[in-house]
Amino acid sequence: MSKQLALVIDLNVCVGCHACVTSCKEWNTQGAAGPLTDQNAYGADPTGTFFNRVQTFEVGEFPNTETVHFPKSCLHCEDPPCVPVCPTGASYKRAEDGIVLVDYDKCIGCKYCSWACPYGAREVDGEQKVMKKCTLCVDRIYDAKLPEAERKPACVLACPTSARLFGDIHDPESEASRAIREQGGYALMPEWGTHPANHYLPRRKTGKRLHADELERHDNPLKVDGRLPRPSPDAPALDDVTSW
Amino acid sequence: MSTEVKTTTCYMCACRCGIRVHLRDGEVRYIEGNPAHPLNKGVICAKGASGIMKQKSPARLTRPLRRKAGAERGAGAFEPISWDEAFAMLEKRLAAMRATDPKKFALFTGRDQMQALTGLFARQFGTPNYAAHGGFCSVNMAAGLIYTIGGSFWEFGGPDLERAKLFVMLGTAEDHHSNPLKIAISKFKRDGGRFISVNPVRTGYSAIADEWVPIRPGTDGALLLALNHELIAQGLYDREFVARYTNGGQLVVTDPASARHGLLAVDEDVEPDNPLYPQNQLWWDRHSGRAVLSHTPGADPRLFGSYRLADGTRVQPAFQLLAERVQPHTPEWAEGITGIPAATIRRLAHEMGVTARDEKIELPIAWTDCWGNEHQTVTGNPVAFHAMRGLAAHSNGFQTVRALGILMSLLGTIDRPGGFRHKAPFPRAIPPSAKTPTGPEGVQPGKPLAGLALGWPGSPEDLFVDADGKPVRIDKGFSWEYPLSVHGLMHNVITNAWRGDPYRLDTLMIFMANMAWNSTMNTDEVRRMLNDKGADGEYRIPFLVVCDAFQSEMTAFADLVLPDTTYLERHDVMSMLDRPISEFDGPVDSVRIPVVPPKGECKPFQEVLIELASRLKLPAFVDAGGARKYRDYPDFIVRHETEPGSGIGFLAGWRGADGSKALLGEPNPRQWEMYEKNNCVFRYELAPSYRYMRNWNRGYMEWAQRMRLRRYGEPILVHLYSEVLQKFRLAAQGKWPGRRPPPELAQRVATHFDPLPFYSAPLETLATDLEKYPLAAITQRPMAMYHSWDSQNAWLRQIHAHNYLFVNPRTAQDAGIADGAWMWVESQWGKVRCMGRHSEAVEPGTVWTWNAIGKSPGAWALAPDANEFTKGFILNHLISDTLPGDTSNSDPVTGQAGWYDVRVRIYPQ
Repeated sequence: MSKQLALVIDLNVCVGCHACVTSCKEWNTQGAAGPLTDQNAYGADPTGTFFNRVQTFEVGEFPNTETVHFPKSCLHCEDPPCVPVCPTGASYKRAEDGIVLVDYDKCIGCKYCSWACPYGAREVDGEQKVMKKCTLCVDRIYDAKLPEAERKPACVLACPTSARLFGDIHDPESEASRAIREQGGYALMPEWGTHPANHYLPRRKTGKRLHADELERHDNPLKVDGRLPRPSPDAPALDDVTSW
Repeated sequence: MSTEVKTTTCYMCACRCGIRVHLRDGEVRYIEGNPAHPLNKGVICAKGASGIMKQKSPARLTRPLRRKAGAERGAGAFEPISWDEAFAMLEKRLAAMRATDPKKFALFTGRDQMQALTGLFARQFGTPNYAAHGGFCSVNMAAGLIYTIGGSFWEFGGPDLERAKLFVMLGTAEDHHSNPLKIAISKFKRDGGRFISVNPVRTGYSAIADEWVPIRPGTDGALLLALNHELIAQGLYDREFVARYTNGGQLVVTDPASARHGLLAVDEDVEPDNPLYPQNQLWWDRHSGRAVLSHTPGADPRLFGSYRLADGTRVQPAFQLLAERVQPHTPEWAEGITGIPAATIRRLAHEMGVTARDEKIELPIAWTDCWGNEHQTVTGNPVAFHAMRGLAAHSNGFQTVRALGILMSLLGTIDRPGGFRHKAPFPRAIPPSAKTPTGPEGVQPGKPLAGLALGWPGSPEDLFVDADGKPVRIDKGFSWEYPLSVHGLMHNVITNAWRGDPYRLDTLMIFMANMAWNSTMNTDEVRRMLNDKGADGEYRIPFLVVCDAFQSEMTAFADLVLPDTTYLERHDVMSMLDRPISEFDGPVDSVRIPVVPPKGECKPFQEVLIELASRLKLPAFVDAGGARKYRDYPDFIVRHETEPGSGIGFLAGWRGADGSKALLGEPNPRQWEMYEKNNCVFRYELAPSYRYMRNWNRGYMEWAQRMRLRRYGEPILVHLYSEVLQKFRLAAQGKWPGRRPPPELAQRVATHFDPLPFYSAPLETLATDLEKYPLAAITQRPMAMYHSWDSQNAWLRQIHAHNYLFVNPRTAQDAGIADGAWMWVESQWGKVRCMGRHSEAVEPGTVWTWNAIGKSPGAWALAPDANEFTKGFILNHLISDTLPGDTSNSDPVTGQAGWYDVRVRIYPQ
């Protein structure tokens, strides 16, 4: 089976710090997919191109609330709906590694692809008027000048909680595949049949079960100080009234 | 096109990660975490990855600016001047003050990681009026824990999540520190650790906690007392640890008639080796049934009971007094205060106690304690805690933090694997031996200050007051109002200087603190005071110098603006004399080395201080003949020694003439070069036997003394019972042989200097009509912004261009406020208009917002219609620095600003 590169994002440890958001922008704006322009950078309603954003939402009612930080970028679908709708062939999926890319030279900014994408992962650059999106840092992951350990997307290297795993999900032995398999990795909106390559790992809870007898111990330190005394032999007992 | 990669240290927040900066044709193109750096191990955060945009900010100041003649302060009308003119102006003014009354000059800095130099400058100048921002930030955390366990969180120590099994985070603490804590929490969770967050709000790290325990703000003290109650009631404390490593077994004189009431009983026949830290306290030995010298071989102290010494003095173990103190503080009692169900509190205590007791760690590391006992292993009780501003920024925070230190100690987790671990140069003695002068005679014209501007009082004799008990410092630090204000009280400075209470200043120099906006409690009043003139037509604070890299609300009020460099443009040190980046396993310090030249005429503040110190001929900066000693800051860093020949300098790495010595050694002219070659960081690994139990570890103490990290080597017993506090209380009760507080403060000192932790509602809560203002209002710092610094950053402001007030939906609905609607939030001090956002992640009695997103129009070079002005807001407008009765809204022990204590009401616009 051919290679399918992807991100596996562990929601169990993501704290929503946005490191992935700006490190992505920083790498890509100066790299092959750049620039990622900004509009009204210092004015009203500043906006700009980001390949990756963190959405935060709440689940449940107080006090049973979960706050979920949800980083989202192009999911590099195995069957990407953005590709067939592109009238110029600018959107394409690479056979060799499954990365979905946009050829800016062919893109006419018609936005069909962003309408087709059910995940809202594509953004038109406000200045260049072409569609831009996550490239999985395709200009770094094959760069032989970089040490092997650094041939990963910028967001993966930046993430302080290592919540972002990167690898080939068609290789069952990859860290990414193992995480999906063993930790309940799931794809977004599978009902759309897009087969997103990126997966998410769910929250996992660690609890502590206490047993009543754990509070009753022969070595309770209160005994040392006479705080759990045995009853005095003089205290009333059955022996006072019964001879059986 | 040439590309190169340089290493330096980030400063997009105070975390100090190692970074690699990629340059193309000399221009910064990419900044990434340095994988070879011990602090961040290659990761970087949202701020760090946006450092490139800081270089491009339109708010950069690039030339020294003088307020235009005739222009009002705050109008922001300036004219550029040369550095020569700026220095000449400062030299003349400062020299005149130094020759007549040095305390007329005050230096306050937002940054508290450059204190080794800023503090040296102030001390050499001779002014007592110096501090960083700690009094406004988290001094309660530093003081509360250092006076209890001899160390504290963040730079000084932290949770050992590598080995912990249970991690409890109390209150907001996301930013201290940032990336290392994120790395550690993630690993901890993946290793199966259990993470509990106690916080009114569920965001950030709390979002990934296994359990969220919502609590009402300012009530953590009640929770902690109840947890201590339950641990003692159930016998879930580590008795051996308490007996040997705390003062729990030491006998306290409990005889109200005695002059020594509440002090530790001592064997007066034993002459202490070191009278500052005497070791002649007594135990009641449970084997022999009599009083013996503390830590007598073979003895084991009673922790409970009441005894009489041979002379009839009534004594009780400190632990007995603690047990009596927490006895009424049941989980049911705490439920009514905290809003946490009693059953939850009880379960939390049981989890902590059972985990500490039953999941013990034994490391095969032999060590010897200070009393000569040899141990084959190091034991750990794997329950770790972390807390910062959430506990600290309340006027009852000092005693709350004391209660936390005691909880950590009852569980036996101090400097042990899986618990709390110190970072060099901690642990320090309790209290640390650094002291301020003790009276106004310590301030003399033309002379350095006769002591440090900030110190650690151990008794009323250490206060910095005059014969009438009145303060010497402008912020009233180390006076009877705030005796243990160990970080100073930046938040008092402008109000006091404006009032002329205790006296007037001539020049106030502010470095990197936005005191005209978000770094102050009473923003509107402070802005008015800064611009206020006396009857003579002169400004009441005559001369205001502000040094910053960016145009801000504060720079607008300056008479003289000094353009600082950014972190990528300067040399800097993260010094062992200050707050280094030490790891649990040993001292670590680091440097910044410029990767690009300063923009325009920007000059690092360090260079400004070296230049001024040289011009003013401050003794440490000139040779015997009065000639300038240091060419510049890098030269100063290399050659300066704390005393001639001391071998102690700002940097601990690569000392000695050839760079072969660590921590101690003569100056090395190639020291910068060696740091540069080593990722800008120096790391020293302690021998394994010196890495744990350092409060009581003989080997570590001897090593630390040899390396001059410590002057003394006495063991540092945890102060479950604080004799230091009791000395102040005795003074307030008229029973102390020395200094006594002025009568009007006696009751306040007697109440708050309780040697055992207690809970009382924050001062502001007590001074508020809670029927009218029922809600608590607090702030948090978003992870993608560092206070007010980053609104001028084009990328970061796209994440937070404006803020909302987060309100529980039930609370909002009761007030008739729709999600996203404009609303008012009002305290007894003021009101502000904002947009409300319904949130299920906040307890119903609390509203909150992100800190310092709202800006004052015109600041930070943002457009007039920027969201920060039109939609953003800050809560500071609702907070007062003064409470009814003219008392300060600060902790009566430390002076910590109570800026998480404000009470509000909300209503629709």
